[in-house]
Amino acid sequence: MAVSVSSERDTVASPVQRAFREALYAGAIALGLFILFIGLKTDQNISNQLILAQRWGLLITVVVLTMLGRFFYIAYGQPFMTNQKIADVATGLLPASLASRFFQLPAFIVAIVLAVVLFAFNSALPGLVGDKLAGGLQFLRALAVIYALACVIFYFRAFIHANFTKLGIAALVLYPILVVVVLSIYAWSIMGGLQGSLKWVDNYGIQILIYVMLAWGLNIVVGLAGLLDLGYVAFYAVGAYAYALLGSHYGLSFWILLPVAGAMAAFWGVMLGFPVLRLRGDYLAIVTLAFGEIIRLVLINWRDVTNGSAGVSGIPKVTFFGLMTFNSTDPNYIGKVLDIAQSSAYYKIFLYYLILALALLTAFVTTRLRRMPVGRAWEALREDEIACRSLGINTTTTKLTAFATGAMFGGFAGAFFSARQGFVSPESFVFLESAIILAIVVLGGMGSLVGIAVAAMVMIGGTEALRELDFLKSFFGKDFTPELYRMLLFGMAMVIVMLWKPRGFVGSREPTAFLRERKAVSGSFTKEGHG
Amino acid sequence: MQYFVQQLINGLTLGSIYGLIAIGYTMVYGIIGMINFAHGDIFMVGAFAALVVFLILGSLFYSVPVVLALLIMMIVAMLLTSLYNWTIEKVAYRPLRGSFRLAPLITAIGMSIALSNFIQVTQGPRNKPIPPMVSQVYNINGISVSLKQIIIVIVTALLLALFWYLVNRTSLGRAQRACEQDRKMAALLGVDVDRTISITFIMGAALAAVAGTLFLMYYGVIAFSDGFVPGVKAFTAAVLGGIGSLPGAVLGGLMIGFIESMWSAYFSIDYKDVAAFSILAIVLIFLPSGILGRPEVEKV
Repeated sequence: MAVSVSSERDTVASPVQRAFREALYAGAIALGLFILFIGLKTDQNISNQLILAQRWGLLITVVVLTMLGRFFYIAYGQPFMTNQKIADVATGLLPASLASRFFQLPAFIVAIVLAVVLFAFNSALPGLVGDKLAGGLQFLRALAVIYALACVIFYFRAFIHANFTKLGIAALVLYPILVVVVLSIYAWSIMGGLQGSLKWVDNYGIQILIYVMLAWGLNIVVGLAGLLDLGYVAFYAVGAYAYALLGSHYGLSFWILLPVAGAMAAFWGVMLGFPVLRLRGDYLAIVTLAFGEIIRLVLINWRDVTNGSAGVSGIPKVTFFGLMTFNSTDPNYIGKVLDIAQSSAYYKIFLYYLILALALLTAFVTTRLRRMPVGRAWEALREDEIACRSLGINTTTTKLTAFATGAMFGGFAGAFFSARQGFVSPESFVFLESAIILAIVVLGGMGSLVGIAVAAMVMIGGTEALRELDFLKSFFGKDFTPELYRMLLFGMAMVIVMLWKPRGFVGSREPTAFLRERKAVSGSFTKEGHG
Repeated sequence: MQYFVQQLINGLTLGSIYGLIAIGYTMVYGIIGMINFAHGDIFMVGAFAALVVFLILGSLFYSVPVVLALLIMMIVAMLLTSLYNWTIEKVAYRPLRGSFRLAPLITAIGMSIALSNFIQVTQGPRNKPIPPMVSQVYNINGISVSLKQIIIVIVTALLLALFWYLVNRTSLGRAQRACEQDRKMAALLGVDVDRTISITFIMGAALAAVAGTLFLMYYGVIAFSDGFVPGVKAFTAAVLGGIGSLPGAVLGGLMIGFIESMWSAYFSIDYKDVAAFSILAIVLIFLPSGILGRPEVEKV
């Protein structure tokens, strides 16, 4: 992006000339980067020896695409954005002008009509235009729906901004009901709606909420106390294994073990906290990373207890507070008690509300703690440790409480995770998970609960949505597996979002302590801590 | 005793590879104060480049002398990996320089994910085994030393000497050390800071590529996910030696190598990584800025 070209050459060259030059550079670099890895592929032959397969066509395509991208960016994209900035300043419509041009009423109507028409003729489409096009049209339909929703959000942005928390919670509470209702209408039966809702509630709802909860828990350590923790997944693992082992060996109920899992994770948080109290910055980062790896390696190697990399299976399901269960063989199965048909969707919907409640508990505790002395001490610690100590704050207990509180929520989430999966293995607790959670916290704008929730939705929901790109198979052939590209795109999205918004999605802060009037301050004024 | 010396030699080999990677971490940290999380994957990219070059050589020529083949693999891997690290720095880190501390860390993690998955997508997820390149083993008083190990130690020693000369005796090294101490002042005195930082990334990548080639030669197998563990170990080594200190990185690398080989020899092979990480934690409790690191002085 920021390629520095000497300024006198810039003034002489027109954007198009400059774009040619830049495109050539980009092409040369892309050729160098990709020649060995895209141009050639290492494959095993029948006798298991490595041989090279050649893919020069693909290489040329990629290089040409890079050049074209760079050319259009320099020749048209960059001048357009600069002009946009000037126009914004002139009209005074600074932040919203591009968006207000993007979200216009005619386009909105077109999107609505398109979505409705495509929904109405959904079943007839493959017959009309063929399978290939039908897949593309379904994708178009999804885009139209997203665009229409974005338009609605954009036009009501002032209202939404003012009542964001209430609206957000209401939307989250209503989400499974909405999904079931919409799908019931679609399938013309309530059972069809319940079965169809499994994917939407489980893959999107529960999955995203687990990450929201984890990120809110880590936010206490990183966002509030400013302690960089790269091994947060360790506490998640402690909670998960606490429930998995105690639940499957001793048959204890989830509701007893949930606090136990939280307490054990908090205990490990303090155990980790003690030795690292003196460490700062990146030393702390590596020790927490090492701690996370140690926990994972112990889980793999302590086979007598944890069953090694094979993992623990047969973890009992959560019960409805001991009154009803979700095992269809039990005498007090929810279907039998309430006299309704048997379905696995009840359990998923119940789990959704459970994780929603746990996540909201995390948020509630965080906002409450921020107003208490300990929460203020955390933020003071983040801003300036020396000043904090001079004012008589005990930094030892402050750091330890931050670690313990953050770890406790990680433990809760872990217990929930193992109850939901019914199976845990060390595979679920690799460093990548810690990195993803940390990325969500930072991308959300550290310390902002709403921003973190949005970031989790975008990053986790986005990667989950990439699983739905099967229609691309009809374009690129049967061997094309879009799933493979999921993590590649995830990594690139992390980079791009960070470059685009270095301060996170919600860059401003509402101070907890204020004089007379509460004013949002720019995120640039909050420190990220050194500890 | 023979057993001990044997393990010492194994540890030295392993430690050399870690040390070469650790230098990349520590140099980047010293000059711009960020943990380059993608460095472990840069190492893996280097190993893959060496692998592809090895296969090209194998398919073009009937037989190539081992030394020549290794040299070509190393040079191509160094060039290619440098290009990768240079591009990554330019695209993902430079725009965020001067932004807050965690921003480049997150882009680095993102780049690490992207790089390993890029290799997975383009080269396939399976392990890539190659036939052994050198297989001679010398037996001295019951201690077996393989030629591979000798090559690794000699190449590492030569590179470290060259590297030491570059950093301490050339104007480039002087510019690097100046940027490390005070970037703004260095810029005022006419040091091209951007260029110096780019070169630092290139040097780190070149050393990682050599480590990758040696890794491929030593173990004879590489997979797309192999960047993480050596990367974390090397990072541990850099921190153990005192991050920002070049002799510290080598010392830390050797220490981690020795701890690992000794632990697997005398205690249990399963817990060798746990031992390495635990010793890191213990050392840092008593020496919070590593063995050779300068304590960070906080000015109020």
